[in-house]
Amino acid sequence: MTTMPDDRPPADLTGPAPVTLRSRHLLGIAGLDADEIQLILDTAEAMKEIGTRSVKKVPTLRGRTVVNLFFEPSTRTRTSFEVAEKRLSADTLSIATATSSVTKGESLLDTVRNIEAMAPDMIVMRHASSGAPHLLARMCRSTIVNAGDGMHEHPTQALLDAFTIREHKKRLAGLKIAIVGDLLHSRVLRSNLLLLNTMGAEVWACGPATLIPSGLARLGARITTSLDEAVEEADVVMMLRIQQERMHGHFFPSVREYFTLFGLTRERLRRAKDDVIVMHPGPMNRGVEIDSEVADGAHSVILEQVSNGVAIRMAVLYLLAGRDNGGSEG
Amino acid sequence: MSVATKLILKGGRVVDPATGTDGMFDVLIEDGVIRRVAKDLPVDGAEVYEVPRGAIVAPGLIDIHVHLREPGQEHKETVASGTASAVAGGFTAVACMPNTNPVNDHAGITQFILKKAAEAQLARVYPIGAVSLGQKGDQLAELGEQKAAGCVAFTDDGYPVATALLMRRALEYAGMLGVPIIDHCEDPSLKGDGVAHEGYTASALGLRGIPGVAESLMVERDVSLAELTGAHVHIAHMSARQSIRAVRAGKERGVRVTCEVAPHHFTLTDEALEGPVQYDTNLKMNPPLREAADRDAMLEGIVDGTVDVIATDHAPHHADEKMVEFDRAPFGIVGLETAVPLVFDRLVHTGKIPLSRMVALLATNPARAMNLPGGTLAEGSVADLTVLAPDMPVTISAQALRSKSKNTPFDGWTFRGGVAATIVAGRIVYRA
Repeated sequence: MTTMPDDRPPADLTGPAPVTLRSRHLLGIAGLDADEIQLILDTAEAMKEIGTRSVKKVPTLRGRTVVNLFFEPSTRTRTSFEVAEKRLSADTLSIATATSSVTKGESLLDTVRNIEAMAPDMIVMRHASSGAPHLLARMCRSTIVNAGDGMHEHPTQALLDAFTIREHKKRLAGLKIAIVGDLLHSRVLRSNLLLLNTMGAEVWACGPATLIPSGLARLGARITTSLDEAVEEADVVMMLRIQQERMHGHFFPSVREYFTLFGLTRERLRRAKDDVIVMHPGPMNRGVEIDSEVADGAHSVILEQVSNGVAIRMAVLYLLAGRDNGGSEG
Repeated sequence: MSVATKLILKGGRVVDPATGTDGMFDVLIEDGVIRRVAKDLPVDGAEVYEVPRGAIVAPGLIDIHVHLREPGQEHKETVASGTASAVAGGFTAVACMPNTNPVNDHAGITQFILKKAAEAQLARVYPIGAVSLGQKGDQLAELGEQKAAGCVAFTDDGYPVATALLMRRALEYAGMLGVPIIDHCEDPSLKGDGVAHEGYTASALGLRGIPGVAESLMVERDVSLAELTGAHVHIAHMSARQSIRAVRAGKERGVRVTCEVAPHHFTLTDEALEGPVQYDTNLKMNPPLREAADRDAMLEGIVDGTVDVIATDHAPHHADEKMVEFDRAPFGIVGLETAVPLVFDRLVHTGKIPLSRMVALLATNPARAMNLPGGTLAEGSVADLTVLAPDMPVTISAQALRSKSKNTPFDGWTFRGGVAATIVAGRIVYRA
């Protein structure tokens, strides 16, 4: 086939991945070992390069159909997956709850089986119920990619976070990483805890006592309710979104008090290492969990996280597609 | 119920804690009543049931916590299918919960259930009425009329009796009628929209937690109110170690409190949710599977006598209802056909309790707690008997269950101990 020079991927990205993942689904960081995490991060580096070209497209997933099934509102993650799929030349289709038949009372399995009847190869799913992608993986044919399930996992977020940290720190092992905010309801926390512990980082979790899940220490976090202690000498500070509605569950009295105790300001960031990076999975509440000065400041890598999200999702889709035979391009 | 005129059970070990019997005896049944329990009884024209070698003749087992789903949810279970499941599990009688549709808060519904039970001619059915109209926690149902129609106890099961005041009045009123109030103990604000035991496993799986104290706070309330009123409160499906402590303390000071534990709560812990099948909705019940310390407290309570009754909380749900996201699935599992194997395998064969205690937990005490006929083989009592086979290998097959619903977490599990035969009113209604 005739291609523009930039349309040609590196030789090792033309067909199915030579080394792949053990599972045919990506349901969570749970189940990935250090080698697999490493493989995804390394693959994402090659993918990131594609995003710097003038023609940002490789034919790797040409002829493959990927369905993005979002049962929860999401702009960033859905767009990121869509861009990743398009850069890999997959045929993509995005379904959001408002336009699906879910509102007509159809069950999740029936919805997905109807979509499967149209023979997609992969389903990328965001769902408000923890374990929903696990149900699909058990009952359906397609490869399932978890784009966030309830309060459980958000594996591609943790992977893009690790990728971003690695770019700045050249390593993950031995870093002090503080994760601050609504720990109880956060799937980002859970996936990051699993990944960062597997890779040998030291993770501190900080939030109000009302938002610390039971058993968190056993999940691999050092726990503190003091933001200063969490930030002290940290290499990375990762802020989690705090939902303002949480006030109604008696989790905290007011946004004002939350910001006083747990909001990240330039002042408080001074306790961290000089080269600390500040992260946020988005969407941010400026003035609630993070001060604008910090969000837009020199230590912030928040927009890099978004760029890296595309590379990570390309890597994941590519590696998972490599597990099926078919679809290889000449 | 139709009655075989004469039936004789020959050659079994009779275990009846109510009469202090434990030995090799024949049992003669005539006109639905136990006539004699003695050695070498003459057959004298009676139908003979040869008790299998090694089997135990016990008073008929009674499950005082069953959801028969009729009227209103016949796609899950009916009185006929539920009682078929009961007798296959060795239960000669069940007490059925009022959370049907409509709620059993009127004599007409109790009469309807009893009519269905009479048509089925399998296990005896004892309806339990709602404490409050529609189980809404506002107005007392007509407990007196309901009792006259056949209700043996009252509960708002599925929900706790809503307020301390309603519980107090219900206890006083039911006490006057001589029947217990059964409570599903759970503080609604602490339960919230929880779906699993609050602890490490729920946190790891991202499931909303229900702490053990959501249960025990309500148990404490009820024990205090039973103490105040002098009436009998029965605590349903205990799961939290704090609840065992509360009941034990109440009993020690003479409060009329009894309680039950379901087989899954002395067998499983919340760790089962992590796999092999993650988020298996057949592991979702209320109260939830709790952690090892709670499971062990249930075992301890069963051994030391704090726990009076083993009841299954048989809660049938259609497969379609369970084949959904974990937090959207209904709570509950079926239990009638797995209870005896679990009790044998996990309690008797492990040496935790003797056979006589097993019979007490499944027959003697349930009958006493709900003032039911049976629960004993005393001469002159109803001829409800269960022939237990302690060494029978049993492999549970969900598809083979008699219940209309197949929602059990024990599909494919093998246990030692089962049921050889079930006899109701002198009639053999089930044979393995």
